[in-house]
Amino acid sequence: MQNKSIAQMAAELRLRTYSSVELTRHYLERIARLDPRLNSFISVASESALTAAERADRAIAAGDAGPLAGIPIAHKDIFCTAGIKTSCGSRMLDNFVAPYDATVVERLAAAGAVVLGKTNMDEFAMGSSNETSYYGPVHNPWDADRVPGGSSGGSAAAVAARLCAAATGTDTGGSIRQPAALCGITGIKPTYGRCSRWGMIAFASSLDQAGVLARSAADAACLLDEMAGFDPRDSTSADVAVPDYVDALDHDIAGLRIGLPKEYFGEGLDPRVAASVQDAIKEYERLGATVKEISLPNSPLSVPVYYVVAPAECSSNLARFDGVRYGHRCENPKDLEDLYKRSRAEGFGDEVQRRIMIGTYVLSAGYYDAYYLKAQKIRHLIADDFARAFEEVDVIMGPTAPTTAFPLGAKTDDPVAMYLNDIYTIATNLAGLPGMSIPVEPVDGLPVGLQIIGNSFQEARLLNVAHRFQHVTHWHQGAPSGFE
Amino acid sequence: MSLDASDIEKIAHLARLEIALESIARYAADLSNILDLVAQMDAVDTTGVEPMAHPLHMSQRLRPDRVSERNQRELFQAIAPLTEDGLYLVPKVID
Amino acid sequence: MQWETVIGLEIHTQLATQSKIFSGASIAFGASPNTQACAIDLGLPGVLPVLNAEAVRLAVRFGKAIGAEVAPRSVFARKNYFYPDLPKGYQISQYELPIVGEGRVEIVLGDGAVKSIGVTRAHLEEDAGKSLHEENLAGGGYTGIDLNRAGTPLLEIVSEPDMRTPQEAVAYARKIHQLVRWIGISDGNMQEGSFRVDANVSVRPLGQTRFGTRTEIKNLNSFRFIERAIQFEVERQIDVIEGGGTIVQETRLYDPERDETRPMRSKEEANDYRYFPDPDLLPVEIDVAFIVDAVADLPELPDSMRERFHTQYGLGEYDASLLTAGRELAQYFEAVVQATAEPKLAANWVNGELAAALNRSEIEIARSPVSAAMLAGLIHRIQDGTVSGKLAKQVFEAMWSGEGDADSVIQARGLRQITDSGELEAMIAAIVAANPGQVEQYRAGKDKVFGFFVGQVMKESKGKANPQQVNEILMRVLASD
Repeated sequence: MQNKSIAQMAAELRLRTYSSVELTRHYLERIARLDPRLNSFISVASESALTAAERADRAIAAGDAGPLAGIPIAHKDIFCTAGIKTSCGSRMLDNFVAPYDATVVERLAAAGAVVLGKTNMDEFAMGSSNETSYYGPVHNPWDADRVPGGSSGGSAAAVAARLCAAATGTDTGGSIRQPAALCGITGIKPTYGRCSRWGMIAFASSLDQAGVLARSAADAACLLDEMAGFDPRDSTSADVAVPDYVDALDHDIAGLRIGLPKEYFGEGLDPRVAASVQDAIKEYERLGATVKEISLPNSPLSVPVYYVVAPAECSSNLARFDGVRYGHRCENPKDLEDLYKRSRAEGFGDEVQRRIMIGTYVLSAGYYDAYYLKAQKIRHLIADDFARAFEEVDVIMGPTAPTTAFPLGAKTDDPVAMYLNDIYTIATNLAGLPGMSIPVEPVDGLPVGLQIIGNSFQEARLLNVAHRFQHVTHWHQGAPSGFE
Repeated sequence: MSLDASDIEKIAHLARLEIALESIARYAADLSNILDLVAQMDAVDTTGVEPMAHPLHMSQRLRPDRVSERNQRELFQAIAPLTEDGLYLVPKVID
Repeated sequence: MQWETVIGLEIHTQLATQSKIFSGASIAFGASPNTQACAIDLGLPGVLPVLNAEAVRLAVRFGKAIGAEVAPRSVFARKNYFYPDLPKGYQISQYELPIVGEGRVEIVLGDGAVKSIGVTRAHLEEDAGKSLHEENLAGGGYTGIDLNRAGTPLLEIVSEPDMRTPQEAVAYARKIHQLVRWIGISDGNMQEGSFRVDANVSVRPLGQTRFGTRTEIKNLNSFRFIERAIQFEVERQIDVIEGGGTIVQETRLYDPERDETRPMRSKEEANDYRYFPDPDLLPVEIDVAFIVDAVADLPELPDSMRERFHTQYGLGEYDASLLTAGRELAQYFEAVVQATAEPKLAANWVNGELAAALNRSEIEIARSPVSAAMLAGLIHRIQDGTVSGKLAKQVFEAMWSGEGDADSVIQARGLRQITDSGELEAMIAAIVAANPGQVEQYRAGKDKVFGFFVGQVMKESKGKANPQQVNEILMRVLASD
């Protein structure tokens, strides 16, 4: 049952082959049985999931069911959910139940989706391995000793392990695409502004974007169709028409112009990962695409730029966690300063504190121009590189991550080494562009991701390009052993 | 760029983070490493380049001036650490 | 040594919107604590700001009213600092690109001299909440936080350091206060905190061009306090410098009870606000159509009206400035002028009796029991000689206490002037006949005695005799044998 596509499940639910309650119980049972090996969920909401499933069954019977009626999904624990704890992977919010739903949550609920629970993540989405979570690391279903990637590592592992039909995620510097790659699933980060950020706990506001982790581009399209769209509650939400992503999946891609940035195939890339990515690109050529080398000359600077911009924004975004109105508050504060300092030091983990400090430093008097302003200027150059590239190509392809999943603990003592994991994904966030990762041929039994980057609001094309590949290959169907 | 203990203390205070004495050296080393990574930016000539604060090239939308929110104090204060008479409480503040 | 004072003001005026600048919560004054603080105002995780169009419109009106450029593109920035009444740990304000650029306003000093004061900029921002230092909260030792005010739209108006005396500073503050109410962007209610002033004060030896070190006195909420606080601060700074000390740049609070300023504890440490563009908000772009719409119903502005009163009605600058202190007052005055064609008489009455009565009763012109039509009615009766100027004051008092319009008061109290020359002739003849000694003196050349006769007539007529007629008849009668 857990290997069916969302379209198939939706059809069978409508045919009453099985009910949503049965489907939901099936997934809840899998979570109970298998998740102790993965730690991919922070909260499992059995009761409310079954209530939602009953509601979906009634709607299906009444003939007024939404497109995702009865489909069991999970939300990254960064999306506020009224009634289910929203921790953001942090001790700071271990006791936080939001009084409202995020727009993304609201829209998926309106489409009839059933929420099984909230998935584990790097604390406040800061990390590339899911090891910064207050709730402990998530294990990669392909190899329990390895990381699932991050920060949407719980969503990626849960989807790969078939513990939910699909899951939401967020991507600030690669947090959907990189774990999708490391867990062998399909992930899409839409254009900045495509999905509302209302109710999504902010890490870096000018980079954060909600997206989907699913087993295929077709499944991702089903969710994105419901999530995307203008939201008057988010000033940075784009008022741009949303095409039907499912409808666009089967478009012919003959004549597609693919650009391969030479900067994405240089030093630091595992040659076996490179070979796997090159094979996938050959497949595209067989599908009628043309390939040319391009250059994104400023893209190597995306990591340094990101580690100014993202911490700067996060240092300000996370100032609201002060122990006054919600969240963790230290015991017996002796004065106001003590309340602030201890609540925050106890509530935040090391990586979050590091980034807050970096951000505080780069914005402080005397350093603003050298760091923040300089980074904003190079950000412009990086965006210009993409704009030039999209004058000659339709999509850009390359590896999602330089290596396959690395062992747990391998990079926890070296923040900079960890940051370099996102070297191929960060630039698209800086430019606000949509990006995807789809599984290609694994290396030593570990998944490899092909990254596909499109121009602004070209999600339909990305999903189409990904779907055509998945139509002729089977890499996306592979399930990790023990989770088939 | 390397930061010393007093830099860390200053930054931690601005960010209202209590840093244990024994962690200062580690933070100083970590932050210095990150700043070394960031220093790669210095090699780029950005003369005449406009800073890009945001990926969306749009202007701010304006909301009609209407009261749309109602009182939800009970709901909001149910998750608050310490309240009394509808007020959030903090240790005494002197102006 | 002679010292020169340099003063600049930062004025926070609350904009007259219904809802907050970035949320749909009400800004009504006086609600129970935290009942008007929504998820956005509380800075809950995941919430986002959306800008209130009316706040932008009101800021544009102000910009146009001071002849400033309204920025075609302005940017909101975050001002980062921790304080319990600041829920997000930052205030959304404008920093490098404010919505209103440089402008000017004119103040009129007591001697009628006009001085132009520069406005550096005006920017939109959100207000913070309120800290309540009540005893016994949770058994004591706590401060209570009410975030109802958090997110209230403010326009911060920053002046150039153009003022040289506390009186000039007050005149400027009054001027801005007059203007924001005049153009309908703020109620200017100082008790409710809708109009708050921070004063930057420094002193320097007369003739020195470099500014001295300044201190900032925060949150002055009455014109009297502005004057007192600056006066104290100037004297304090001079004392410090003359005593061999130096002025520390710091934030101070004015204590009205002790009439002194003292350093603000919470602002002791140097702040590093780490301003940067708010990534949750996009640049505000204002086109010509928006501006045209925002100023379409902008009334004639006080400075232009003052100038018009001066040239068109021949009033002095000071009188004209008093009459344009508020829009309702100016409208009242013009209504009286229109009905009577007597601008000077109207100005005297409005700035004289009416102003005094309003002041005594502590009421606004809009609630004056004597309407413009009633005052015009009275002036008509002065013009046509029905009442003397002196009796007119009685009539005014009676109108003020609700005895009806001028005609009814004159009728009811019998205050009509005696203009019947026969009656006056007889009265004067009798008085002249009864005072032969004084007649003798007058005829011997003692002109002053004339006044005695006038007084006698007025006494006899209970003040109702027409003075001009009395003069004529007396002259004639005393001159003849």
